[in-house]
Amino acid sequence: MPRIIRNGSVVDDDWQLLRLPEGETAASVVLPAGPVLLPLAVWLARRDEVIAYHDRIGVWLDSDEGPEMLAGDIDRFAVIGVNFPKFTDGRSYSSARLLRERHRYAGEIRAIGDVLQDQLFYMRRCGIDAYALRADKDPEKALAGLSVFSESYQAAVDQPLPLFQRRNAVEPA
Amino acid sequence: MYRYDSTDQQLIDQRVAQYRDQIVRHFAGELSTDELRPLRLQNGLYIQRHGPMLRIAIPYGVLAAAQLRKLAEISRRYDRGVGHFTTRQNMQLNWPKFEETPDILGELASVQMHAVQTSGNCIRNITSDHFAGIAPDELTDPRPYCELLRQWSTFHPEFAFLPRKFKIAVNAAAEDRAVIRVHDIGLDLVRGDDGDIGFRVFVGGGLGRTPMLGKLVRDFLPRRHLLSYLEAILRLYNRYGRRDNMYKARIKILVQALGVEEFRRQIEAEWCELRDGPTTVPDAEFERMVRHFAPPAWENLPAVDLMHTSRLRADKAFASWVRRCVHAHKTTGYAAVTLSLKAPGVPPGDISDAQMIAVADLAERFSFGEVRVSHEQNLVLADVRQSDLYEVWQIARSHRLATANVGLLTDMICCPGGDLCALANARSAPIAEAVQQKFDDLDYLYDIGDISLNLSGCMNSCGHHHVANIGILGVDKNDEEWYQITIGGQQGNAATIGKVIGPSFYAMEVPEVIGALIDVYLEQRTAGERFIDTLQRIGVEPFKARAYAGRDRRRTAKIENAEREVVNA
Repeated sequence: MPRIIRNGSVVDDDWQLLRLPEGETAASVVLPAGPVLLPLAVWLARRDEVIAYHDRIGVWLDSDEGPEMLAGDIDRFAVIGVNFPKFTDGRSYSSARLLRERHRYAGEIRAIGDVLQDQLFYMRRCGIDAYALRADKDPEKALAGLSVFSESYQAAVDQPLPLFQRRNAVEPA
Repeated sequence: MYRYDSTDQQLIDQRVAQYRDQIVRHFAGELSTDELRPLRLQNGLYIQRHGPMLRIAIPYGVLAAAQLRKLAEISRRYDRGVGHFTTRQNMQLNWPKFEETPDILGELASVQMHAVQTSGNCIRNITSDHFAGIAPDELTDPRPYCELLRQWSTFHPEFAFLPRKFKIAVNAAAEDRAVIRVHDIGLDLVRGDDGDIGFRVFVGGGLGRTPMLGKLVRDFLPRRHLLSYLEAILRLYNRYGRRDNMYKARIKILVQALGVEEFRRQIEAEWCELRDGPTTVPDAEFERMVRHFAPPAWENLPAVDLMHTSRLRADKAFASWVRRCVHAHKTTGYAAVTLSLKAPGVPPGDISDAQMIAVADLAERFSFGEVRVSHEQNLVLADVRQSDLYEVWQIARSHRLATANVGLLTDMICCPGGDLCALANARSAPIAEAVQQKFDDLDYLYDIGDISLNLSGCMNSCGHHHVANIGILGVDKNDEEWYQITIGGQQGNAATIGKVIGPSFYAMEVPEVIGALIDVYLEQRTAGERFIDTLQRIGVEPFKARAYAGRDRRRTAKIENAEREVVNA
């Protein structure tokens, strides 16, 4: 069973990631049994069917697909994946923050794709709490990437107050 | 200046540890070259023509003497005893060893310095006015705002992998000395109708292949909203900026594609969700920042020092230096001094380790221990007593730091060029030197007067050639170095992008062509006119005609077509 990082430790994970195979369409692809992260297009095309036949529903957003596309349904998802086609494509950091801060999504946000140790800290700050490391990487080793810095200047999902709000609270004027 | 507290220091120390670990993992084969690249770039490390280049951040150009001493020590110990100041107020070391870069960053951290986000597709060093805090034409000191932005942008989790680099500049003076309109975001500190301080916000400026001036997106942004408003802009850029073509990935292309009206509407819509949130900056934080930039203990001095006046009369060379290199200070009896890094025969912006020590000494003795870096690649002592100017000049002169050419033709902005930079199409330092040689007579330079001549070795335009009265751009065609000339560019409040005069020139022609342009000006000018004034009055044609007079351009005709494609790409 694949292993991922979730809530700061490496765990077994039974979610399958569905990527549309070449030649398949969202309408025609066979949905695997069990918990599955569906491409957004499949979710949009077959929403009612998915709701009817799946207990736990997951979806994943590519880096050019915004969380707005899930609006209204956000609380149905047990897991929302955010894809990093290349680790240098930073769009999914914004998607994760929007899911948490604007859409108030409280379920798991999972980084998928080109997920590497040196980006985990920023991902965590943006509200991503599960990480499916790239297949050739060791998730145990990558854990170190979650705790590189002990403080942060900016407000983000993990720390909703910027440092200046907290610094002023303790520092005498 | 800003002093780190324990949290600031801890963050920088942790950054060094992180980078050290990344280099170890790289050598252990756990972090590939491609995986390391963006990580090292965000620590200032490029792999260049002859090896690595390390770009060290100098936030908004402010340096303590002790920091400059450390830079001298680092350049001596880890490099070749030379540093290069850049147009973004940073310092580049051109000969560090790759495996020693973690140690260099460790050394920097010991004096509250770093190389964080000096490269890579992230928010870069914030730049500002080198006369900040002392300029008579200043509304308020921009540095507290710059530092606020530095902290906000440092390790920003959402904006570390933008489509492309992102540059922010802040001006607070009547005359913009930070060229804010050629930055991705230009911030102009202004006072609102009710007396509050806030910003005029420009977005989408930039040089490079597609030079553009920033567009005004907001007339007045109250200062407490600065960070939430910038987050809105950056989020739009992160999500919607082009990532398919690196030449079209800067925010200026997004602004242009959407149109400024639509872009402004989208900013406002995003900002609506963010404003008044926790990122709203309370007055207490501004006050904390302002305290870090409290003015030094200026003395009460007479407006005129009689000794100084008599030296000005007696010593022509000193008087020339004062005219070009000494600038007004808002406090009576004080002046700002530019130490020119444009001495003949030295690549513009270069400084030796011995000169760094000399400047640190000067700063400690005469200017409250602080130095500024200007985007024109000179250094500034911001708080010198008028009565000390003569001694400062004598010492500076003995270190070749007193060339009286600030604002003149040989005060060129110039990138390192093809001798060092892997991106460059052509060399720039030898051209700068050839121009310096042709115009080596100071009296002639004084006669020509105020003019800007900037030189870039490639389209990335690090040498700001687009905004120079005369701009020189290196282009490589068939393995030969050619130089394209633009004229009419300006920085400052009247920022203007220069126009290409025509087919490019062979390297050896460049000094003559500059000479031809200058001749037209000298013949045509009316009393009091600067080069740019004459050019604007009589137009480009007379300059163009003289530049090409007697030159056979057939040889370059084919080349030029190819060039145009590149320029318009």
